Amino acid sequence: MATPAAPLPPRPAHPGAAGRVETVPVRLRVDGVDRELDLDPRVSVLDALRDRLGVTSVKKGCDHGQCGACTVLADGRRILSCLALAASYDGAEVTTSAGLGAPDRLGDLQEAFVARDALQCGYCTPGQICSAEGMLAEARAGMPSHVSPDVRDVDSPVELTDDEIRERMSGNLCRCGAYVNIVAAIGDVARARS
Amino acid sequence: MRPFVYERATDVADALDRAGDGAVFLAGGTNLVDHLRLGVRSAERLVDITRIGLDEVEELPGGGLRVGALVRNSDLAAHPALRRGFPVVAQALLAGASGQLRNMATTGGNLLQRTRCVYFQDVTMPCTKRDPGSGCSALEGYAAGNAIFETSPRCMAVHPSDLCVALVALDAVVRTTGPAGDREIPMTELYRRAEDGPETDTHLVPGELITHVDLPPLAPGTRSAYRKVRERASYAFALVSVAAALDVVDGRVRDARLGFGGVCHRPFRARRAEEALVGGPADAAAFAAAIDAELAHARPGRDNAAKVPILRNTALAVLAGLADEGARS
Amino acid sequence: MTISPPAPPSTPTPGPDAPPVAVPDAPPATGAPAPRRTVAGRGFGGIGSDRARVDGPAKVTGTAPYAYEQEVENPAYLFGVTSAIAVGRIVDIDTTQAERVPGVLLVLTHRNAPRLRTKLMGELVVLQSDRVRHRGEYIGAVVAQTPEAAREAAALVRVRYDDEGGDVDFHADHPAATVPKRGAAGNPREEKGDVEAGLAGAAHLVDATYTTATEFHSPMEPHPITALWHPRPGLDPRARRLTIYEADQGPIATQLILAPMLGLLPNQIKIHSPFVGGAFGGKGMPHAHVMLVVLAAKLLAGRPVKFALTRQQMFATVGYRPPTAQRLRLAADADGRLTAVVHESVSPTAKLATFVEQAVGITRVMYATPNRRTEQRVVPLDIAPGTFMRAPGEFSGAFALETAMDELAVATGLDPIELRRRNEPDVDPDTGKPWSTRNLLACLDTGADRFGWEVRTGRPGERRDGEWLLGMGVAAASFPASHALSTWARITFAGGRYVVELQASDLGTGAWTILPQIAADALEVPVDLVDARIGSTGLPVAMIAGGSMGTYTWGNSIIAAARAFRRKHGPLPADGATARAQGRLPSGARQFARHSFGAHFAEVAVSEVTGEVRVRRMLGVFACGRIVNPRTARSQFVGGMTMGLSAALHEAGHRDPRTGHVVNHDLAGYHIAAHADVLDLDADWVEEFDPYVSPTGAKGIGEVGIVGVPAAIGNAIYDATGRRVRDLPFTPDKLVG
Repeated sequence: MATPAAPLPPRPAHPGAAGRVETVPVRLRVDGVDRELDLDPRVSVLDALRDRLGVTSVKKGCDHGQCGACTVLADGRRILSCLALAASYDGAEVTTSAGLGAPDRLGDLQEAFVARDALQCGYCTPGQICSAEGMLAEARAGMPSHVSPDVRDVDSPVELTDDEIRERMSGNLCRCGAYVNIVAAIGDVARARS
Repeated sequence: MRPFVYERATDVADALDRAGDGAVFLAGGTNLVDHLRLGVRSAERLVDITRIGLDEVEELPGGGLRVGALVRNSDLAAHPALRRGFPVVAQALLAGASGQLRNMATTGGNLLQRTRCVYFQDVTMPCTKRDPGSGCSALEGYAAGNAIFETSPRCMAVHPSDLCVALVALDAVVRTTGPAGDREIPMTELYRRAEDGPETDTHLVPGELITHVDLPPLAPGTRSAYRKVRERASYAFALVSVAAALDVVDGRVRDARLGFGGVCHRPFRARRAEEALVGGPADAAAFAAAIDAELAHARPGRDNAAKVPILRNTALAVLAGLADEGARS
Repeated sequence: MTISPPAPPSTPTPGPDAPPVAVPDAPPATGAPAPRRTVAGRGFGGIGSDRARVDGPAKVTGTAPYAYEQEVENPAYLFGVTSAIAVGRIVDIDTTQAERVPGVLLVLTHRNAPRLRTKLMGELVVLQSDRVRHRGEYIGAVVAQTPEAAREAAALVRVRYDDEGGDVDFHADHPAATVPKRGAAGNPREEKGDVEAGLAGAAHLVDATYTTATEFHSPMEPHPITALWHPRPGLDPRARRLTIYEADQGPIATQLILAPMLGLLPNQIKIHSPFVGGAFGGKGMPHAHVMLVVLAAKLLAGRPVKFALTRQQMFATVGYRPPTAQRLRLAADADGRLTAVVHESVSPTAKLATFVEQAVGITRVMYATPNRRTEQRVVPLDIAPGTFMRAPGEFSGAFALETAMDELAVATGLDPIELRRRNEPDVDPDTGKPWSTRNLLACLDTGADRFGWEVRTGRPGERRDGEWLLGMGVAAASFPASHALSTWARITFAGGRYVVELQASDLGTGAWTILPQIAADALEVPVDLVDARIGSTGLPVAMIAGGSMGTYTWGNSIIAAARAFRRKHGPLPADGATARAQGRLPSGARQFARHSFGAHFAEVAVSEVTGEVRVRRMLGVFACGRIVNPRTARSQFVGGMTMGLSAALHEAGHRDPRTGHVVNHDLAGYHIAAHADVLDLDADWVEEFDPYVSPTGAKGIGEVGIVGVPAAIGNAIYDATGRRVRDLPFTPDKLVG
């Protein structure tokens, strides 16, 4: 956790009949900047970023964990911010694609996406990039996947074949159909980093 | 989403203390937040248990594993002891959801995953599971995803988990703590049949907290595998799935475990097939006869009849693959 | 990547009856430098140059602002209330509980919604009465300080209905099936020759029924809108101003439709749609939520009201591709030459708004036959309206036609490519006009070479990889190069740079990148000196991004504006110099049949165990005129093919037989292709220049890429398994048992 979790107030009473909302303090470090919020506990990390903090480098595609557009890195791991309640992520370091580079100094994945034309409408793209960042770390750590040749082999490093990249990236839908270029872009970066 | 009060438990005792009175435990949230947003579920209080520990995998004497309820799916799937000793579990985990969801979802949460039945998820349609006594919309409606085993006019839904199919097959044991103390519940007895009342999925009591899942060791030489059939190559719930473990000695089946997913209100243990397998030859004819003994009890409806041949073929292929693997080693 | 076909003519040879045609890019009378046809490599980075997407850096960093992300002051959030019945009347709508939710600003129902002035577009007539016309229709809305409060309150609106049931179940022999009015989608019925004689004398006959599924555009960006009525400065209604941020395929449709319905003049409505997160036809016309938000915002004048549909709502009110049931009869002589073709299609339409999935049109242009009858019928139902979705009509029709052609190839023993060669028409079978360009055979031959078609034996079940049976299939594709609107563009020189302005829209198609390329050539300046301003009203009126017409229609007006600019200002313009012009259809164009063409090749693996299908390889080869930017064009072709693969393997919306709503209304229930489904997939094209569509030489590329893909995959499945699946999608249940 990037910052210590804020202490919570003592156990409050149940919400009143009128549905009054007890807010909770939430601290997030977003793309390197500390942010403090007082939130309705129903607010997801996604909505906290987009509607409360104006951080729109994360996208809402389905709001139910079925598309991957809202993928961010939370303490370095890729998660779906739509299903993450902000209160539960209090203290987390959240990275969106804007935290991985800027238009005038793109990160390596971002650069590869542009070079390979791995995007069309661009709406799924920040999620694809955050997911790829998280995925590359998982592969480095030796995490197997559904298409890994033998899950019992715990010693061999993960070889990021195109099939491996596809399977590991399948949680990020792209309706424009940029998949072949996305896989190529990620493959470029995987090779360059290794 | 109805408003709720958010509380964060500091340890197991604190979580139990906060339970009751309309409280719901929040772990990975991948299913709960989804359902809160749809209005399928509501809570007076959400008790966040993500910081109470229970996030370790412990190797037990004799080769078993004790998996903390809050171990994330991805961490469990990557755990060397699990991968070596229980490949069926690792494969089941990796066949489910996506990388992001596996990073969030927990072991205990996966056990309590609720059905994907389209009517259960739509609060404007009757559903007895969601709204007891309101009836089943799937009976006269869209029924391609329905159950074929232990079917009941009360509820046609299927359990959606991959992990649970493997755990049921392996006779995993769920350890809980709660108002009435600690319990150990075999996975095969955790879930209710639709006929028992579909409004509740499990036999857990209110306020009861899953703390661990124990995986008993498999006999040395046992092979295990999970295969999932789905309508998309990845990131899709099972059309059907098969979890199997096979111990073959001298060409005969000493032990067989078979679980089916996507076909029943609960993760289904194919005991009739197992009984037919044990003691018999490890060959295709015996496997087919055993699977057919189980499938004789399938009751497909008008839209899901294809689940029967797909399940039959898949179970056969998995068993044949395990027998082959054993023979080659 | 661009290869030359076996010498197809790069310009059309006019047929014997065609009048002489004017060369569209003849030098203008003023003597200003004229753009030439061969422009790549002239150093401007113009047409034909490989140019990286200019909006790429903003998009990959997530900093390109889409409609929902436009900064507005103090927004309020709306959530829609939708009907739970298909047809009936709202007897009572109780908003008491909803109004008590803290933060609620407004609960809108038909009782308090502002009245509309006209009912110009039925789909947009929301909250005007107690009638319910389909399930999922908006019957109310809540606006609140936060999205959470709005959604919570919307769930607390209690509605009592007088439920009248409704007719929601589509089937091909529905008694209400009727031939739609001409104009709903082209000519619904045509016949030539003596069809009965052609059928009777045939050596081979294919007679089969094919069905396509209800498909949803499902762009990743759920339709967003923010509407703001500016406080009225006085009583003069002409002083009212409405600002809308939305995602659309061009702002003109929303502006021109909303204005009369709201009693405004078009210029009182400003619409901004700078970045669009996918559309595929679904954002071409405004849908009900636009009016819902605009009406709510009217009661909260001065406060921007925001709404983005939920994914579930995306399956209810923003259109879909209607399913079809098509009977196709192909009769052929002993040599495989078609003696008669009969194509009959029926699909549902909404009683609320007619949209016809015109599936039979493609059969009129693809193959030569002396005798042909085509007929499109519709079944009006109490369901939400459909709309155009990528290659409307052609996509559905090509599945039937190109599968039937494969069946005919089997029946005649001919290679499917050879069968198509034998039925290649010299002139357009529909109109009798010569082709502006038609290089279908070049696409087929080039593709066969590159794909390794010779490996295919034509005998199912012969190739396998373990439990996976392997097969190859081919299908042809076409899409018309229509001309809808002669529209405008403006070019301005300021600060040493040129700006091209028009109401174009970039849906991910590459317009931001390629419009400057077209202008650079026409202006004869380096492309990096040219910027585009698109996606907003107030710019010169342009055709929407639809019907594959965007690039060449916009290109026409950009080239016209560039010429006007040079005529007026010469090669060294003063700062602020500007010119605008209207682009027109090239002269002589109407003498020609104008279509894009393509050929798809697929190799599939079908599991004997599970019935799962994997598309291992796909190649599309296209003839679409001049390719403006090979990089973005390839992405668009591949994108169309990917969507076609997705439709072939996965996509089907299932309606509840009682209420007609789509039950699998989310992305876990309605599958679109994921990464793991899309393996080795590539697009290529043959060199072509079509001067009769546009002086750019380009034809449309956005839709032809999806046409025929499911047929190519289905034909490959047949080649693998010997099993002919005539119903989309090809799910495991259809291939096992």
